[in-house]
Amino acid sequence: MSQSFIEIIRRALDEELARDPAVHLLGEDVAAGGAFGITRGLAQKHGAHRVRNTPISEAAITGVATGAALCGLRTVLEIMFIDFATLAMDTLVNQSAKYRYMSGGQLAVPMVVRTQAGAAGGAAAQHSQSLEAWFVHVPGLVVVAPSSPSEAYGLLKSAIRLGDPVLFVEHKRLYTMKEELIESAELPQIGRARVVRSGEDVTLIAYSAMLTCAREAAELLARDGISAEIIDLRTLAPLDMATIAASITKTHRAVIAHEAVQNAGLGAEIAARIGSDLFDELDAPVLRIGCPFAPIPFAPELEQALLPGTADIVRAVRSLLS
Amino acid sequence: MNLEKDAREDLLDMYRMLWRIRTFEDQVRRLAAAGEVPGFPHLSTGQEAVAVGICAHLLRQDLLFTSHRGHGHVLAKGSDVEAMFAEILGRETGLCRGRGGSMHLVDVANGVLGATGVVAGNLSLAAGAAWAMQARGSKNISVVFFGDGATGAGAFHETLNLAVLWRLPVLFVCENNGYAEFTSREEHSKVAFVRRFAEPYEMAAETIDGNDVQAVLAAAGEAIGKVRRGDGPYLLECMTYRMAGHFVGDPQHYRSKEEFAAWHDKDPIERLKMHLLQSGVAASELDSAAESVKQEVQRAVDKARAAPRPNPADVLAEVYSAKYLNATAG
Repeated sequence: MSQSFIEIIRRALDEELARDPAVHLLGEDVAAGGAFGITRGLAQKHGAHRVRNTPISEAAITGVATGAALCGLRTVLEIMFIDFATLAMDTLVNQSAKYRYMSGGQLAVPMVVRTQAGAAGGAAAQHSQSLEAWFVHVPGLVVVAPSSPSEAYGLLKSAIRLGDPVLFVEHKRLYTMKEELIESAELPQIGRARVVRSGEDVTLIAYSAMLTCAREAAELLARDGISAEIIDLRTLAPLDMATIAASITKTHRAVIAHEAVQNAGLGAEIAARIGSDLFDELDAPVLRIGCPFAPIPFAPELEQALLPGTADIVRAVRSLLS
Repeated sequence: MNLEKDAREDLLDMYRMLWRIRTFEDQVRRLAAAGEVPGFPHLSTGQEAVAVGICAHLLRQDLLFTSHRGHGHVLAKGSDVEAMFAEILGRETGLCRGRGGSMHLVDVANGVLGATGVVAGNLSLAAGAAWAMQARGSKNISVVFFGDGATGAGAFHETLNLAVLWRLPVLFVCENNGYAEFTSREEHSKVAFVRRFAEPYEMAAETIDGNDVQAVLAAAGEAIGKVRRGDGPYLLECMTYRMAGHFVGDPQHYRSKEEFAAWHDKDPIERLKMHLLQSGVAASELDSAAESVKQEVQRAVDKARAAPRPNPADVLAEVYSAKYLNATAG
């Protein structure tokens, strides 16, 4: 039976709440199911004291989740939109990320901040952003961005069991995506990328909803005899450069695709590392796909005009191989 | 008037702790001026009675959060003087192995969960720790110290509201020293007393003389008793004065000599000393108590200064708890 991203996230939370009494959920409306219905039924099943509604106070609730995590609760905080995480920046950047290091290893922050990002359906400039690069820039934070429901299931469970603060970025376009959940005894390791398609001519590096575009691009390119390898980064920080290097040593070309603004995005970092570490392996410049430098617009025609997609990846690969 | 033996010993203990904090920070000032202290330490000179009166009621397992001006609170909670000094000097033997420094003292074994250098950044952390205590059914409480400057931050108001809603076992201790860094209370808020901010959130609150350690002790006893038995959060506003600058080296052009002199007369150490003298404690006993504390601090400082510095090769260790993540980071 196939399940949606929302159902599979709910299942992962449900199972973690049942598995470990230290797990506690909090966030705006989470006891009522949350804005997207992800936590529906969990308060009734696990108790309102473990699935707690909060005021609309992102700064305080992120601090509360952090403070409780310092004392050994495994907190899972929902920040409704990544755009609202800007209100919690002091806690995330100055407190949660640094506590372990600043305390000389005395403390840890086993907290997951689940948040929802990306553009879809006219959510406009303040509910559509892909701000992950801001957090990738902060030592001590782990940033995870699953690309599908089944990926989200394992990665969320692994994130909850990790001893470090994790920003878990769910793309809103993935929420309706359905998949058969394949049960696996082993959970994925945070910090490891995954080769999802093997190829010879070019490496496509993507994450989150952009992985779907990379898959579509690879199919289109295959018709022309171009063989693309695809890497799903899964964890954006710390970055798994070993998997990227192994692939580029084989394909000698790379295209990095993300929905976030291209300027100073994660693609820039990856391209720079490939350029400095793997220069001798490259047969072509490393290309980046990302949003042009503009806020996400409201009108559907404008939103579509701005968002990068499959065609951009195909075009980039063709330019490398022409 | 003669004091009961227990009361006398308790007051003498507090007298020693007041001196321990004063002397400790005098040493920090001296070594900072000599260039031995990295960064810019913030001293609580003049505010010691708040730390001492509150922490006298805390158990080791109670959790303490403090601010950039937190040496006194951590000392009063009972942390080791030498390990604290080693931290402030950036040594491997410091509380945080030289990774935190003056503004980020953490001593988990002693219930000190940390000091934050961002004004108002500690309040919600303390509420979260209180939530963890509540979730576990623990009788321990969380205490957070902050200055009146923190009341200008949204996080202060958000946290008060949530702490009352969730009936969290947390004591908010505001050291109202009349200044937000260089800016006077009159210039940064029309609300004269911080306790008034507690009213709209329906939090119990009280304003007391923060330079009278006995007043702090009495009020803290009441407040902590209520918090500990589950009555919800409490805000204690302690009126005090920072006899030091905002940081070591602050030229303090923003306040007058007259203002400073008036508060100097209310020095909490002198006030307790007067009380003890009037209660029949010999001046020689008080002098010798102060002297022995000064020597104890001096010995700790000497040891801390001789302690090894961190190994630069360790600089990338422990960014993450998961060791394999440290290996891939950067």
